Amino acid sequence: MSTATFAPRGATGLHGPKDHTMYTLTFTHPDCTDVRQVGGKAASLAEMTAEGLPVAPGFAVTAAAYRRYRQESGLKDFTSSILDKLTPESGQAAFDEAERVITERMESVGMPAEIAEPIRAAYRQLCADTGVEDIAVAVRSSATAEDSVDASFAGEFETWVDVVGEDAVVEYVQKCYVSVYSGRVLSYLAEKGIDPHDIEMAVVVQKTVRARAAGVMFTLSPTTGDRSRIVLEASWGLGLSVVGGEVTPDRYMLEKITLDIVVREAGHKHIEYRRGDAPQDVPEDRRDVLCLSDEEVIALARYGKNLEKVHGGAPQDIEFAIDEELPEGQNLILLQRRPETVWSHADRKPKFDAAAGMMSWITGSISGGAADLGGPGHSH
Amino acid sequence: MSSTENTPQRFPFLSEAEVPAGGEGWESMYPYYLVPSEETKEHEEKLLWFADTMHWSRGAHPFDSIGAEAVYYGVGTFSTRIFALPVSLGMDVRVVNGYVYIAPQGITDPARIQERAEVFQKRAGYYYANWDELYGQWKTKMEQAIVTMDSITFTPLGAYDPDSVVDEATGRSVSMDILENYHRLIDEFFAVWQYHFEFLNLGYGGYITFFQFCKQAFPLIADQSISRMVAGVDVLAFRPDDELRKLAQLAVELDLVQTLRDGGAGTEGALKAKALRTELESTENGRTWLAAFDAARDPWFNYFTEYGFTHDQETWNTDLSIPLGSISRYADKIAAGEDISRPIERLREERDEIVGEYRALLTTEEAQQFDALLNLARTVFPYIEEHNIYVEHWSHNVFWKKTRELAELLVEAGLLEQADDFYYLNRFEVDMALTDVVQSWAIGVDIRGKQRWRAEIERRKPIVAALQSASAPPAYGIPPEQITDPFAVMNYGVTTERIQEWLGADQDEKGLAGIPGSLGVVEGPVRVLRSEKDLPLLQPGEILVAPITAPSWAAAFSVASGVITDIGGMMCHAAIVCREYGIPAVVGTGYATARLTTGQRVRIDGKTGSVVYLDGGPDTETGRADLVDAADAPAQG
Repeated sequence: MSTATFAPRGATGLHGPKDHTMYTLTFTHPDCTDVRQVGGKAASLAEMTAEGLPVAPGFAVTAAAYRRYRQESGLKDFTSSILDKLTPESGQAAFDEAERVITERMESVGMPAEIAEPIRAAYRQLCADTGVEDIAVAVRSSATAEDSVDASFAGEFETWVDVVGEDAVVEYVQKCYVSVYSGRVLSYLAEKGIDPHDIEMAVVVQKTVRARAAGVMFTLSPTTGDRSRIVLEASWGLGLSVVGGEVTPDRYMLEKITLDIVVREAGHKHIEYRRGDAPQDVPEDRRDVLCLSDEEVIALARYGKNLEKVHGGAPQDIEFAIDEELPEGQNLILLQRRPETVWSHADRKPKFDAAAGMMSWITGSISGGAADLGGPGHSH
Repeated sequence: MSSTENTPQRFPFLSEAEVPAGGEGWESMYPYYLVPSEETKEHEEKLLWFADTMHWSRGAHPFDSIGAEAVYYGVGTFSTRIFALPVSLGMDVRVVNGYVYIAPQGITDPARIQERAEVFQKRAGYYYANWDELYGQWKTKMEQAIVTMDSITFTPLGAYDPDSVVDEATGRSVSMDILENYHRLIDEFFAVWQYHFEFLNLGYGGYITFFQFCKQAFPLIADQSISRMVAGVDVLAFRPDDELRKLAQLAVELDLVQTLRDGGAGTEGALKAKALRTELESTENGRTWLAAFDAARDPWFNYFTEYGFTHDQETWNTDLSIPLGSISRYADKIAAGEDISRPIERLREERDEIVGEYRALLTTEEAQQFDALLNLARTVFPYIEEHNIYVEHWSHNVFWKKTRELAELLVEAGLLEQADDFYYLNRFEVDMALTDVVQSWAIGVDIRGKQRWRAEIERRKPIVAALQSASAPPAYGIPPEQITDPFAVMNYGVTTERIQEWLGADQDEKGLAGIPGSLGVVEGPVRVLRSEKDLPLLQPGEILVAPITAPSWAAAFSVASGVITDIGGMMCHAAIVCREYGIPAVVGTGYATARLTTGQRVRIDGKTGSVVYLDGGPDTETGRADLVDAADAPAQG
């Protein structure tokens, strides 16, 4: 068993600051794109940042920090002694009991200063960088596993939002660590045949988005499948009202090539989600006015276009927000992206039958809608 | 016109056209087959007739109706008989209240369409396969036709036939040459219009095929984006304007800006131009500049203010104040530090970049077709862009020059009081009058119809004036459910939607709808102009309203903040040139010159094709227009 390779006890002059920086990495740090160091979630945020795509600012608490944590007070040996007794057939009650015992022990141990300090420093730096005092952050897992880098733990771990202050951040990072041993996770891992000790719990600490407006962007026209268009729908507050169809959002369409806005339609936005829990009424005078400026629409579309390029030209479905706390120029946030699926998978045929030949195409074209001489022509 | 809810909406029939006061009796001035008649009434009432104000922006003088014959004879032969377009015959043509109206004729019988398609594929296929070579031959053919026409002379008759008739024992009077040469002139003119359509419809066909490919691959793509991928950046069409820019640059270098400003532009153009020449000749720099100016004049200033379909249009050469005014405006801009050169390389790079981005959005299979069709479109497009210079400008310039020489011969012979009177007779009447003149001369008697023709011309003068003071309604007759003729759509902007808008336009008090010609939104007072002669009236920032703007108006685009026209589609020259110069344009509005009054404020949107009235009537103040949405406008070329 190796000892404290990464984190010598006490910050010696030789190792201290250098090793500390490895416990946290901002999304802008080049190493932050390394899944092994920071987990999939943080790595993808760092990748987007590296590609010039704006995500809510924040930092990762690295897998190294977690490994260092488990060295503390013989935690690793302790959890092994509990977990070794469990098998997939142990039943949920046994997993829950394991959770109780481990949680109790971990909470009594607390966060070693060697890890807590860099987290506090990173949080303070985030406040300074964004110009927001006591910035509210979301803390969520970015778990990875040694032997299965690509293993997805989506939805297995909790996310805490609106965490405020350095003490709280440290506390919730530890909660993240503890959550590896929740009964639910343990049974899931057992089912998947993953040793909980292989889990490396890196953590993402990221500004909670305070959306002035938010919405969804497609890098094609969702109604016609036209790939030369970008379409955005947006409403006041968080994107929930748009995604949930609770308002008639504003609609914007741009030419993807030139980024000219060709459609700008104000919707009717009578409610908004300010904090993600319950909707509130939008004052009359804001309901029917556009919630995005032309500059914002164009900047978002430019991001969409880049994102599509980065993903090999596959049309993208992107959630975005305009953060009201961040200064202009830094306030556009991309929250999520996934490949568009409806049109991207449709079988696309060119206008003309390749076998019929050019003269047949021309003949069909000059005959307008009156004759179908250009071969089989088009469908849909 | 009474209409109930059950009758489909229609425009008045030709027979219901209201004659403007003073225009009564106009029918007698034109060849009978150009005039609606009882015999053809049933046929006429089946068609939709739309005004070809693109080529005849004013009521036509009787002689000028020859253009309507030549053009639609040319369209007809190539569409109906030579290339056999599968679903279209020629366009039928009529003169109504002096204005030219045309009606596309479709074919619906599937067997006939199939038969024609076979002929078309064989014949058109030959042209597409050999395009560059045949187009090269076409240019030579056109240049020869122009030389031939220019070589035609009308020698006044003396007291006796010349000695050569005896010396060479020709055995025939030279007076026969006058009639023969008149016929040759007419025939050459008709031939030039045959040549015009030798390539035009095929050119459109090639372009439309690429266009339709793009419309399927990108259902929402703007028409302008398609034409931007195809349009040439260094074509003949821009050459006359480029010459003006070069001369402006030279004027700046030679420190002649002030001289040109004081002496060049203005309403008494000819006089001032003469004075300016004298002044320029007195200095070394002036002589250097004049040499460059004179070198540019032939052929580049043989350029009509519009399209050269009317005898009384000036060319830049016949009214030098037009190019001089433009040069002076350009020179002022250069002096003010503006770069007015057209950056060919950059424009080409931008075009290729746009093409590359669209192409990247296609599947491999689509991209192959895209490449083939873009190549086709680019092969044929130079003809679409360049042919006007050869036909409408250079050939017409010579044609009208020759008719004027003939008119002067008729003045000298005593038939006409003045040369302008010539154009109040149609081409057959001229033939008859000329025959009278020649035969009377030969017999040795007075012209037998001198009083007759002079009286007729005097009768016609107020009629033509009345016709010209009225605007042309955009259409007559019954609209078809769908306008399918791609050429009506591409060149004239006559689409199903436009027809509906024309029908509803009487009710619309908020504005006009047209075709998006060139991107951008602009607000400002309008200036309604019917002729380029009035261009000096155009004030900076005003929105130019005209029946149609020809490429030669280009210099005005440096002054105008936007352009609105009555007729024209996205491929019309006004749209092409406006796009090139980055001026918002709405074309094909049908009624702009009739509905708008100089000084009235409007907002035009070159993306949606809308013209919105900002106030009820003319505004006394003609301030500078505000560029409402600069981000919309493409970079200035």
